[in-house]
Amino acid sequence: MSFEKHLMICGATGCISSGSNKVQQALVEELEKHGLKGKYRLVMGGCPGLCEEGPIIVIYPDEVFYCRLKPEDMTEMVEKHLIGGEVVERLLYNGPDVDSPVRFYDSIPFYAKQKFNVLRNGGIIDPESIDEYIMRGGYRAFSRALEMDPETIYGEVKQSGLRGRGGAGFPTGMKWQFAAQSKGSKKYVVCNADEGDPGAFMDRSILEGDPHAILEGMLICGLAIGADEGYIYCRAEYPLAIKRLKIAIDQAENYGLLGKNILGYGKNFKIKIKEGAGAFVCGEETALLASIEGRRGVPRHRPPFPAVEGLWGKPTCINNVETFANIPLILKKGGVADFASVGTEGSKGTKVFALAGKIRNTGLCEVPMGITIREIIFDVGGGIKDGRKFKAVQAGGPSGGCIPEEYLDLPIDYDSLTSAGAIMGSGGLVVMDEGTCMVDLARYFLSFTQKESCGQCIPCRLGTTQMFNILNDITEGRGKPEDIKLLEELAWAIKKGSMCGLGQTAPNPVLTTLRYFRDEYEAHVYEKRCPALVCKALLRYCIDPEKCIGCRRCTKECPVDAISGEKKEPHVIDQELCIKCGACFDVCPKKVQAVEVLSEGLPEPKVNETCEEGCKCQS
Amino acid sequence: MKEQLETVFEAYKGEKSELIPVLQHVQKEIGYLPEEAMKHIARFVRVPESKVYGVATFYAQFKMKPRGRYIIRVCKGTACHIQGSPKIASKIEEILKIESGDTTPDLKYTLEEVACIGACALAPVMMINNDPHGRLSPDKIKGILDSYE
Repeated sequence: MSFEKHLMICGATGCISSGSNKVQQALVEELEKHGLKGKYRLVMGGCPGLCEEGPIIVIYPDEVFYCRLKPEDMTEMVEKHLIGGEVVERLLYNGPDVDSPVRFYDSIPFYAKQKFNVLRNGGIIDPESIDEYIMRGGYRAFSRALEMDPETIYGEVKQSGLRGRGGAGFPTGMKWQFAAQSKGSKKYVVCNADEGDPGAFMDRSILEGDPHAILEGMLICGLAIGADEGYIYCRAEYPLAIKRLKIAIDQAENYGLLGKNILGYGKNFKIKIKEGAGAFVCGEETALLASIEGRRGVPRHRPPFPAVEGLWGKPTCINNVETFANIPLILKKGGVADFASVGTEGSKGTKVFALAGKIRNTGLCEVPMGITIREIIFDVGGGIKDGRKFKAVQAGGPSGGCIPEEYLDLPIDYDSLTSAGAIMGSGGLVVMDEGTCMVDLARYFLSFTQKESCGQCIPCRLGTTQMFNILNDITEGRGKPEDIKLLEELAWAIKKGSMCGLGQTAPNPVLTTLRYFRDEYEAHVYEKRCPALVCKALLRYCIDPEKCIGCRRCTKECPVDAISGEKKEPHVIDQELCIKCGACFDVCPKKVQAVEVLSEGLPEPKVNETCEEGCKCQS
Repeated sequence: MKEQLETVFEAYKGEKSELIPVLQHVQKEIGYLPEEAMKHIARFVRVPESKVYGVATFYAQFKMKPRGRYIIRVCKGTACHIQGSPKIASKIEEILKIESGDTTPDLKYTLEEVACIGACALAPVMMINNDPHGRLSPDKIKGILDSYE
């Protein structure tokens, strides 16, 4: 059956949250109404990346990109574009970074500096169709690898310079070689899809948009190391990714790409999915293996490394989702040279980043290694939201560090990020503006790592708790001058003394914020002031009597009745009763803005000479 | 409950490595993991009861108390945090008069925190059962909660 046009509706979690399901329903109804049902192909596809502008529909072969769609827009889109052949200008991309609405996908500035390797199929193919994957060159690299011996396969991976995309950046080819050279008749391939870093969703998008690429990468790994069984360990928080993986595995089995005697070459391979159960530490490879085995996800000492002794004691090769997704590109004919032609000396290829936080174009992007952070944030990401000022970017999640403005021209690669105190991590970039308090941010990360510490080794279990308590005190106005030094001492002790990556990197957010934003810590500790106006205990809400119009909105909204005042008279907040929830600030009309948030810090010490005898101030 | 468990067990072989999938399946059927169920599971996968309890308490997903019909999961990820998720959580707490981790007495809602849903681009986000709700602000909460009956 041939179709006149393909309509790709983004069906990834981001667009579903902004309502793409309802848009799809409306579109189906609209097509039925016009009797056009069989004429167009509708696909709830993978993610084109620009989540900020969702829900998105891309119409092929026209390559027209419609965004911010609502169900009621479908009538116009169908009647004008599909039937009338005219582009609906109103629904095109029209961000502040362009002069006029943009018709084509690749003319949107967000896409201009991107290079799609891993995301090559996302939003283009139907992720639930193996045929479409094959049409785009899928499983060709695997069939080529079937004719190669293991040494040549991992040799090509080594030659490409691919490094693990999960965070630490270990050379993938070496890892494969170790697993291949380990003795044993039973070996395993494991795909780490336990994307636990808050603020990261690269792997989710790849799994949802192009699941066969992961299967192909794992199959090739199986040939290289001599394994006949693979596991994908995926977070339970990603139900759609799991569903699509299951469909992909079934299809690959039906096509004889998985199972026994694959394509008649006498090789066997099967893939099983294991759902995670909500533990951040399971992203650590030995903890992940323990979890697959059905135990508590607790890491163990390395060596022996999993390549020697992994799942059920057998040699195991563990790679991250994005790493596997790169493999089919490298193993296709001429792939090594293509792959290595992009990137820097020590970091080859591309990297997928998840852009989130106070950035205009939130979403997913794939850029060549070596591009600067500034280019990612300002050219791809479109800069900071609402015209505010950039403050820092957190790279690498709770294990990473924040990077301030003076490092914006740092090229993105494993080694330069490490030199700035951050890590490449899995690729989450959370952007912060002047309204983010760096001490509160550090406290947030420690509250996370402290909760997620598995509790096995003491530096991590007790150390992160102590650091969290100190940070909590500082943000609540109980900080003591010695706290800053103590935080630094604890940080180094935890880094040195912890057994696994979780503890070894948990202090990074504190160390980097201390390194680049020490003045904020000092303002909290010495002056009891929060310069970014975030830390509740150090704030005061008050109403400017000059501006207040007495509309009584805030008095109604205040949950503790702390605001008094007659209608059309200026209101007053009782500071004793105020719980600093900020509700009054939120409801005060934008034109009025009478509610002010202040963080004035400690008052100057006053000496009251005329004080009566027995006054409390003298004691 | 025993019958319910027997039906779940039919899909498994009773191997040690199936402990986590069996716990997940049972929780899906019953809504939580009652002590009685964990005892049966221990026998089924041939693992000491203490080990079952150890695994169940290790992972955030497993719950030992009955939960509501609607599970509200407020994302506490980095992106959501800096975009105001603490305010979202306290608004829900205020409306439902429960704290995070608790269930309303009528077993309608359970309020939980989740590390990251992965919809960071639409922060702050929450999920009610399997429906994601993005770009939240405190004033939208009441309307969303009321849409669940």
